[in-house]
Amino acid sequence: MSHTSSPDRILDCRHLSCPLPVVRTAQAIKELDAGQVLLVMATDPGFALDIRAWSSRAGHDLVDVAEDGGAYHVLLRRS
Amino acid sequence: MSENNGQKRMSVVCWSADLDRVWPVLILSTTAAASGLEVNVFFTFWGLRVLQRNDVRVTGKNWMQKGESLVDRGGTDHLKLGKIHFAGAGTKMIKKLADSYHVASPTELLDMAKDLGVNLHPCQMTMDLYGLTKDDFIDGLGAPMGAASFIDMAADSDITLFI
Repeated sequence: MSHTSSPDRILDCRHLSCPLPVVRTAQAIKELDAGQVLLVMATDPGFALDIRAWSSRAGHDLVDVAEDGGAYHVLLRRS
Repeated sequence: MSENNGQKRMSVVCWSADLDRVWPVLILSTTAAASGLEVNVFFTFWGLRVLQRNDVRVTGKNWMQKGESLVDRGGTDHLKLGKIHFAGAGTKMIKKLADSYHVASPTELLDMAKDLGVNLHPCQMTMDLYGLTKDDFIDGLGAPMGAASFIDMAADSDITLFI
C-alpha cells in the first residue's frame, strides 16, 4: 500500500465527463516513473467502474478507490 | 498488417458526419488508445467530412462537387445531429448541454485522438468522389487508403466497429 497522503502527482478531473477522466489519467500516468503513484479526483459517477477496467487493461496497479463527498479519490501506481 | 507484440487492435469505420455518430467514434477511439490499444479509424462516405478543416467551405473541382459541399459542410465544428436537429436548434441545445456537463467537443476529441496516436485514414475513393484533396483536411492524418487496406487492418483486429 502506498501513502495516501503523498502521491507523486495529483490530477483533478472533477466535473469532467466520459471519456476525459480516463484519457487524462492515461496521459498523466505516462509522465510518472515506474512505481510512482498518481492520485486522481473525479466526480463522473461512471469513473469507479471505468478506472478499474482501464487500469487492468492498461496494466497499472489500482491501489485504492475511495469516495469522499461525491468525489472519487483513486490511487494508481504506474507499472 | 503485421504482428505487433500482442498489443490489442481496434479498427473503426466512421461512415457518417452526424454528431451523434462521430461523438462515439471519437470517445471510443481515444479511450481505446488510452487503454493501450492500437487504433485505426477509416473515414468514408459522409464520414470523410469529419476530417475537413473547419475553415474550408467550398470543396471540389466541378459544379456537382462544389454544390454538394455547400449543403454538406465539413469540419468537427459543423456536425449536426442525426435526429432532433430541428434546423439547428436541437444541435445547438445538445452542444450547450455538453458544454455545461463538461463533455469534450468532437474538435477537442479529434485533437486528443491525434495526441494519443490514433491513426486517422481518409477513404481515397470518397476523396475522389467529392473532389477533396489533402489541403482540405486537418494535419496529422494517416495515408488515404481503400477498402482492402481497411479489411487488412480489421482482419488483424480484436475489435471492429462500424459507426
